[in-house]
Amino acid sequence: MSNPILSIRNSVKRYGPVHALDHVDLDVAEGEFLTLLGPSGSGKTTLLTAIAGFTDLSEGSVSLRGRDITNEPPEHRDFGMVFQGYALFPTMTVRQNVGFPLKIRKRPASEIRARVDECLELVQMGAYADRMPSQLSGGQQQRIALARALSFKPQVLLLDEPLSALDKKLRADLQWELKALHDQLGVTFIYVTHDQDEALSMSDRIVILKDGKIQQSGIPDTLYNKPRTRFVADFLGKSNFLSVKVKSREGDHLECVAGEAAFPVDATGHSGTVGNSAEIALRPERIRLTEPGKEFLTGTVKQVSYLGERCQVLLTHSVLGQILVSCPTWKSGINPNPGLQLGFGWDADACVILEAE
Amino acid sequence: MPRLNDQIRYWMLVLPALAIMVIFYILPVLGIWEISFTEPATGFGNYVKMTESNAVKTSFILTFRVAAITTVGCLLLGYIVAYAISNFVSRLTPLMMALVLLPFWVSVLIRSFSWIILLGRSGLVNDTLRDIGLVTSPLRLMHNELGVLIAMIHVMLPFAVLPMLANMRGISRSYTDAARGLGASEWTAFRSVYFPQTLPGVFSGALLVFVLSLGFFVTPALLGGGRVLMISEYITYQIQEFLAWGLGSALSVALLVATALVLLIAARFVNLKSALLERN
Ligand SMILES: Nc1ncnc2c1ncn2[C@@H]1O[C@H](COP(=O)(O)OP(=O)(O)O)[C@@H](O)[C@H]1O
Ligand SMILES: [Mg+2]
Repeated sequence: MSNPILSIRNSVKRYGPVHALDHVDLDVAEGEFLTLLGPSGSGKTTLLTAIAGFTDLSEGSVSLRGRDITNEPPEHRDFGMVFQGYALFPTMTVRQNVGFPLKIRKRPASEIRARVDECLELVQMGAYADRMPSQLSGGQQQRIALARALSFKPQVLLLDEPLSALDKKLRADLQWELKALHDQLGVTFIYVTHDQDEALSMSDRIVILKDGKIQQSGIPDTLYNKPRTRFVADFLGKSNFLSVKVKSREGDHLECVAGEAAFPVDATGHSGTVGNSAEIALRPERIRLTEPGKEFLTGTVKQVSYLGERCQVLLTHSVLGQILVSCPTWKSGINPNPGLQLGFGWDADACVILEAE
Repeated sequence: MPRLNDQIRYWMLVLPALAIMVIFYILPVLGIWEISFTEPATGFGNYVKMTESNAVKTSFILTFRVAAITTVGCLLLGYIVAYAISNFVSRLTPLMMALVLLPFWVSVLIRSFSWIILLGRSGLVNDTLRDIGLVTSPLRLMHNELGVLIAMIHVMLPFAVLPMLANMRGISRSYTDAARGLGASEWTAFRSVYFPQTLPGVFSGALLVFVLSLGFFVTPALLGGGRVLMISEYITYQIQEFLAWGLGSALSVALLVATALVLLIAARFVNLKSALLERN
């Protein structure tokens, strides 16, 4: 990456025996929407607060546009931050909250007033300037926290699970708004979440963390379709995992077997030596269902769950075990019922060979 | 609307405590009111005497002054203690908590006597000061207002610390962090974000200490050595030494009314219910 706005180098944070961060290297590009994704306890907050300056690293450094800021206190870093519980100051009105960073910076009152109004308009909360935070709903508080973090035009906006306390519908709406806001302002966003849908829908780039280590990073499409490890494939969406043996190889084209079942696997970029065993991930929505005999495998329907737009079918196969299939309801054509025999198969490029963790 | 059965159960639970309050507290207090208007003669005589007496006036002023200084002292010291306990993770925290609560398990009498041992003419403090050569003749540290104040602040400190502690424990660290993240220095974050949130605790601590100090007897009596006559001791004098039951009762009524006034004024600024129940 040329000229990253933020560089984290070899950062380690130890809490006793726990490594909350374990040699993390990360570059953040100017203006990007970067998401730190991982299960609870994976070190997302620790990484974010290390960037913000609240957490002192045990080792490693943070630099901003090439300048080392590892030892600068948070108030000198000029990053906006939206905290997990919003942390709106309960003794101040909405206007005072949003104006707080400007007042600290000793801007003239008239300028503060204008800028606060502007920011409240930005998050569609113009009518609420004189309320107290306790008089606002969760979604409204979230917007105010955002306006407050943006009011002083920070170079980087840090958000720690800002939507996790909201209900599903509101969360979906705010995802669009956040993304729109990012595109409109051009500020660098570093966004922490444990919610894969949020990460996939908003991010330019996702960094997946586990046990304080970066598992994989990349654009949402790459992470979803080419996960490197079982953890990533499992965490980002659903996957079927198959243990197979490589039977033959022709270029990037593998023929794999599991018991009597044989099927093609695309091995672009993987070594996959003949005779070795491998673990492959297969997305449920990439599996085709047909009448028995029309695909290369046959299974029995064990359970069906109807999800409105999609229908999930759990098949059992004599060798592969349980296989989850997800097909759009509108075109499934067949009406799967438990006990029914179905043919199923997939394209070679639907399979991803996983690295051992 | 609770069922009748529930109401009966409620009253059965409340009644014993209520009966004790009425028989041993409310009725005697009413008795005092009565005596104040009937002894030695029926009428307002005691109250007239009270308002005309310079000694009474002095004692009331002294009482309010001591209560006020005690309150300020307790707030200053107590705020620091409560802040340290609730904001710093340390192995000493349980010890500090115990030191705050310990006085509750030791009688006020014993604590006041301990101060006499410390502050007397040849007490520990004066001896030490003389030994290290800071003074040549002993300082007068008790049998004056200073001694009363020192001991009062010590006795009242837990009453200031506990409500402030309850309040501060409820304040999440994320507020100060947020303030600093937005550009505030540590001091500004404290002053403009943290401190305002602790005011409810400060007010309830202040109220508790002030009201308790107004009617306090043991400590001023012991440390004052008869020279610092706060109103409760003055009342005891009237009744025990001069057998002036009427005037003593009138003074009691005056103290009760004064305390009620303080609470009434405070109620304009603080939510008394939450302040006195320590639920901030
Ligand atoms: N102040 C702390 N003291 C001790 N352990 C901590 C502290 N903060 C975080 N940890 C530990 O570090 C790990 C990462 O925590 P965190 O960054 O909060 O995870 P996340 O935000 O991804 O849920 C966890 O195992 C957590 O228990
Ligand atoms: Mg977290």
